[in-house]
Amino acid sequence: MKQAYFKVISNKRIAKNVFEMKLEGDTSAVITPGQFVNIKIEGEFLRRPISICDYDKNSLTLIYKVVGKGTSIMSALVEGSWLDLLVGLGNGFNTMDSGENPVLIGGGVGVPPMYNLARELIGEGKKVSVILGFNAKDEVFYEEEFKELGADVYVTTVDGSVGTKGFVTDVLKNLDYSYFYTCGPLPMLKAVYNTSKTSGQLSFEERMGCGFGVCMGCSCKTKYGNKRICADGPVLVKEEIIW
Amino acid sequence: MVDTKVELCGLTLDNPIIPASGTFGYGFEFSRLYDINILGSFSFKGTTKEPRFGNPTPRIAECTAGMINSVGLQNPGVDKVISEELPKIKDRFKKKLVANIGGFSIEDFTYAAEKLDKEEQVGILEVNISCPNLHAGGENFGNNAKSAAEVTKAVKAVTTKPVLIKLSPNVTDIVSIAKACEDAGADGISMINTLLGMRIDLKTKKPIIANKMGGFSGPAIKPVAVRMIYQVYDAVKIPILGMGGVQNAEDVIELMLAGATAVSVGAANLVNPYVCKDIIEDLPRVMEKYGINSLKEIIGGAHCG
Repeated sequence: MKQAYFKVISNKRIAKNVFEMKLEGDTSAVITPGQFVNIKIEGEFLRRPISICDYDKNSLTLIYKVVGKGTSIMSALVEGSWLDLLVGLGNGFNTMDSGENPVLIGGGVGVPPMYNLARELIGEGKKVSVILGFNAKDEVFYEEEFKELGADVYVTTVDGSVGTKGFVTDVLKNLDYSYFYTCGPLPMLKAVYNTSKTSGQLSFEERMGCGFGVCMGCSCKTKYGNKRICADGPVLVKEEIIW
Repeated sequence: MVDTKVELCGLTLDNPIIPASGTFGYGFEFSRLYDINILGSFSFKGTTKEPRFGNPTPRIAECTAGMINSVGLQNPGVDKVISEELPKIKDRFKKKLVANIGGFSIEDFTYAAEKLDKEEQVGILEVNISCPNLHAGGENFGNNAKSAAEVTKAVKAVTTKPVLIKLSPNVTDIVSIAKACEDAGADGISMINTLLGMRIDLKTKKPIIANKMGGFSGPAIKPVAVRMIYQVYDAVKIPILGMGGVQNAEDVIELMLAGATAVSVGAANLVNPYVCKDIIEDLPRVMEKYGINSLKEIIGGAHCG
């Protein structure tokens, strides 16, 4: 983990209540897809944990949904603003177990961490399928970006306004894949867990105090013992999960 | 050169800064961020006789100028703390640490105190009495003078280490409880623990915290801490480890003027992991600004004249 100041390069709305923020700064603490940053927001006490959508040596892309005061303040930040970040938090995804044709399943703001993971897996020569689940057309983002990486992309919407009508599991059940990676709301993670035919990795969300493993605010029980979502997670393997 | 040294219960501290229990783990995570030997000491995560998972999640809620936590004393149990956590931090922290213990019966407290008494790394025991007494209808030990004194006496009987009793602010008269602890043999008072609080989510119309209530901490509670430390300082002769909303060197001096001998930093560690280092580095500058040569000399300074 590293504390560093990042400069806002761009911050724009890309779907209903969803913003994409590009930041410039020292990303050396980020080591794998699926990690997150914890952002200090002027006027708020606790930092806000946001998953990393993409990164390179000196830039970060974050995609976040405006759900409350903290993210609302974030959405108003203009180019050139500075943010205090804790970078490189969480265990992230492990690409070693993916097999030849993994499927990546993202729901809503669970989609962003799938992006860098897809890039990584495709870079390793894997054939990647991506299922992106949203409620409706106006919430859909990054469909084209995933296609440009070279992934097979399936979009689902609950109201059927675009893509397959239904849930991500309606696509997943008919797909062939070697392994799965997923991030999204808890009911979706559960449904993916129950529908999946292979092993996989699931990224969880929890209200956090510190984000770096000291306050025990986000603990959960697993078959491998108690874990802190922020430090031992957010990614857990299918076999260890206790619902 | 200003002098930041203070004496707490016979222990000489290079400076008064002691990260508060529950915000510093067992020191390991922070020792990877900076050399924690610069600290006066640190108080480790509240440890109990048995391992505890703690409360259901969500355990954390954001508040204006603070936060609520309802972790519920998650810890691996005192035996594992001694066999795994203390050896892990031994090479990384050369000073004496403060061992924070909790319990749900007198026997819980004495069990943990007796075990930790044998540990050379432990300089002071800090006894958290803001836990429910399961043998007496679940009322917190810290809620009345009689049970607070009972815990103090029992712990003092099984240890040779100095004992700080950590008081809850959620009481009618904290002064009488502090006095009762002093009379029962406490070597010092640690105060204040968190204030009981609640937040409700307007979307779900339910409390945010799974356990409904939790401990409110952060800068918002500092005036309460200052007031209570001031009152207790007037009433007892034993030293006070002060805490409550401390974020910077100025806050440290304010709590010391109220009567604290040393100062704990809690919630601020979670937001800025380097806050204790920042405060220690900034103390000399702030002391000079306010014409303070020695921190020792300002303890309780607000009471004079």
